[in-house]
Amino acid sequence: MTVSKLSQKIGRIKRAPENFLPADFRSDVTKDGLTEARRGFLQKSFLGAMGAAVAAGVGNRAMAQAGPDDPAIITRQDWQTTLGKPVAVKPYGTPSTYEKYLQRRESPGLTRVSASSVAFSPLQGFFGIITPSGLHFERHHQGWYDIDPNQHRLMINGMVKKPLVFTMDDLMRLPSVSRIHFIECGANTGMEWGNVAVPTVQYTHGMLSCCEFTGVPLSMLLEMAGADLKNGKFVLAEGNDGSGMTRTIPMEMALDDVLVVWGMNGEMLRPENGYPLRLVVPGVQGVSWVKWLRRIEVGDKPWATKDEAAHYIDMMPDGLHRQYSSIQECKSVITTPSGGQQLLTTGFYNVSGLAWSGRGKIERVDVSVDGGKNWNTARLESPVLDKSLTRFNIDWLWDGKPAILQSRAIDSTGYVQPPNRMLREKRGTRSIYHNNAIQSWKVGENGELSNVQVG
Amino acid sequence: MFKLAKTIAALTLVMGAGTVAAQNLLVFEGIGREATVNEVTAWDIDVRPDFKGLPKGSGSVEDGMHIWDAQCLSCHGAFGESAEVFGPLVGGTTIEDQESGRVASLTNPAQPQRSTLMKVATVSTLYDYIYRAMPWNAPRSLTPDDTYAVLAYMLNLGDIVPEDFVLSDQNIAQVQERMPNRYGMTTDHGMWTVDGKPDVVNTACMSNCIQEVVITSSLPDFARNAHDNLAEQDRTFGPYRGIDSTKPPLAALPGVNYQPVVAMAETVGPSAKQLFTSNNCAACHAAASAMVGPSIKQVADKYKEKPESLAMLEEKVKKGAVGTWGQIPMPSHPQLSNDDISVMVKWMVTGS
Repeated sequence: MTVSKLSQKIGRIKRAPENFLPADFRSDVTKDGLTEARRGFLQKSFLGAMGAAVAAGVGNRAMAQAGPDDPAIITRQDWQTTLGKPVAVKPYGTPSTYEKYLQRRESPGLTRVSASSVAFSPLQGFFGIITPSGLHFERHHQGWYDIDPNQHRLMINGMVKKPLVFTMDDLMRLPSVSRIHFIECGANTGMEWGNVAVPTVQYTHGMLSCCEFTGVPLSMLLEMAGADLKNGKFVLAEGNDGSGMTRTIPMEMALDDVLVVWGMNGEMLRPENGYPLRLVVPGVQGVSWVKWLRRIEVGDKPWATKDEAAHYIDMMPDGLHRQYSSIQECKSVITTPSGGQQLLTTGFYNVSGLAWSGRGKIERVDVSVDGGKNWNTARLESPVLDKSLTRFNIDWLWDGKPAILQSRAIDSTGYVQPPNRMLREKRGTRSIYHNNAIQSWKVGENGELSNVQVG
Repeated sequence: MFKLAKTIAALTLVMGAGTVAAQNLLVFEGIGREATVNEVTAWDIDVRPDFKGLPKGSGSVEDGMHIWDAQCLSCHGAFGESAEVFGPLVGGTTIEDQESGRVASLTNPAQPQRSTLMKVATVSTLYDYIYRAMPWNAPRSLTPDDTYAVLAYMLNLGDIVPEDFVLSDQNIAQVQERMPNRYGMTTDHGMWTVDGKPDVVNTACMSNCIQEVVITSSLPDFARNAHDNLAEQDRTFGPYRGIDSTKPPLAALPGVNYQPVVAMAETVGPSAKQLFTSNNCAACHAAASAMVGPSIKQVADKYKEKPESLAMLEEKVKKGAVGTWGQIPMPSHPQLSNDDISVMVKWMVTGS
């Protein structure tokens, strides 16, 4: 077999002997990606590796040989032989019907009322870092409305020189910015504090999305109203829905990178995500990203509203509750392959996942395929942004033996994502909120992946 | 960005398009206006733990019971104990807790549920939330007096106030001193600010990090299909399939041709007119005037009194035809489903 033939067949290698690449090459690939020069080296290496495999009597092929003719090629398909649909059949485009399996879904039994519930994003099917608007996770406390933007107002009041009212016309005339940020519910992965409870990454980690948001800095509006920055240590954000959702935000944060936004992924916010106006509080749990935002009040003390005094409080083993716990600490998860997925064959896989930190950028992600004994550093795909999802990828040649896949993120503060054990030693098992533990997916010899926790 | 806003505002001033506002506020000429007193009053209803914002008023336990039974009971139960719809409001607290200000049952693993009264430290939170958001399906329908009454009744269910109690803005601070978990909150943690100190410190070991990997928890068998068939929650192509969770795990690796049985992609749904347009029928058949083929009106006029002709027309659409309306042939449409053809032909002929 020649190298040129191999080049067409790369990616279907079976059972390559482990660790046949020199360590310095692996680290170069990790650092700089797979350049053309390295590709050539890889081909030669695979050739050598297979020579060894054949000599050892394994006798595996690099890929399936030319088989019987494929009807998908030999038979003429409708889409090749008839006229396709004209433009604007769908004035607002929708995904292919073949994509209907990837949907936002509720976790059965988690809540009793769908108007106060959660629909999880199908992370197992996403690419890159941007969440499609229609698949952004949903969390409502008293149902959602499609609010008439001409009837929507934003008020700034409290400890300000001049309480202000803005229409959407007003706000959208202001100089805007666009930023990409992740949003994660504080209760994401909350069902797993005590033990494994749900089957797939959609339900373990699917209260997580990442979009480009467009709006104005809250600091600008506060300055327009003449906020008392000396005594006004906090702001209250309030929603325009029936729950009148309210959360306290420290002034330091409000002046830093908090945004009042109307745009999401290039269009207006979806109604389920707060149309026509919501707050973006980068790095902070989703409940503070108040939807249908109608009011910002400046005050000198926190408010202890229902969702910061009875819910979204983290119970510690001694019975004390951590109040105003807000930051989503550094976390990652392998999204493909992940729990509830089926590998079909041995061979090459691109292990892919997401990493994020509420305290900064992702610095590094390590991946283990042996349950945390040994780790290799994954490739971070660009862009790597502050308080945003970051996509990581790493090559994996699966030999058909049982494996346990894990990812471990490190952020720009040097914080290393912890294992379950470490969090439980500190916070017990009944906390519900802010579980950022390392996730484990077991790969069985039958190719099935399942959700497990390891000691 | 804060700076940019300033710069733009300054530019506006330099260009003479704006005027300097009193008190040196950041001004974008023509944007925003001052809120009226009535507007602020209408929206600023929040009540803080120090009772700033609390309206004057009062309500008795007895009045609260009547409102409760009519408007709260269906979700929260007669005694605030129900977990059927939401978490329980009442239960798990004792008179001793009211003395200590810490709820002992929070550390008892046998305590089945954590009720609101077990958790909440501030009575203001309850007033604020009931007034702003309750009842669930009719928020903002309670008056301040109603709210005092409902809260009084709820506190009575938790044995925090007696049966003959009248809660008001004058005595709510004394009730705060009886809240069972009033000392149960802490802000001594690193998760309120971006530069807070994390409470766990892991290290990035790279090799031989643990001796033996032990699986401590797995998904129970009964939960395998508890989220419906996972095969229908993933793509039917690509590197992976969703597992068929309606069946036991496969005995062995399935191979490249494996395809779990899933419901087919949807083919029905659009209206007859949408089908007609999206399948390009309109490229040849206009509403009233003949183009390449006969108009919809011509077809309707010819066949609307002859319902038996529908099957014949469906056949023509499917296989193609020529001669009835001239010598330009109607092509065959093998890609169209019989159902779609039937819907479109009926629509052309009958208008519905």
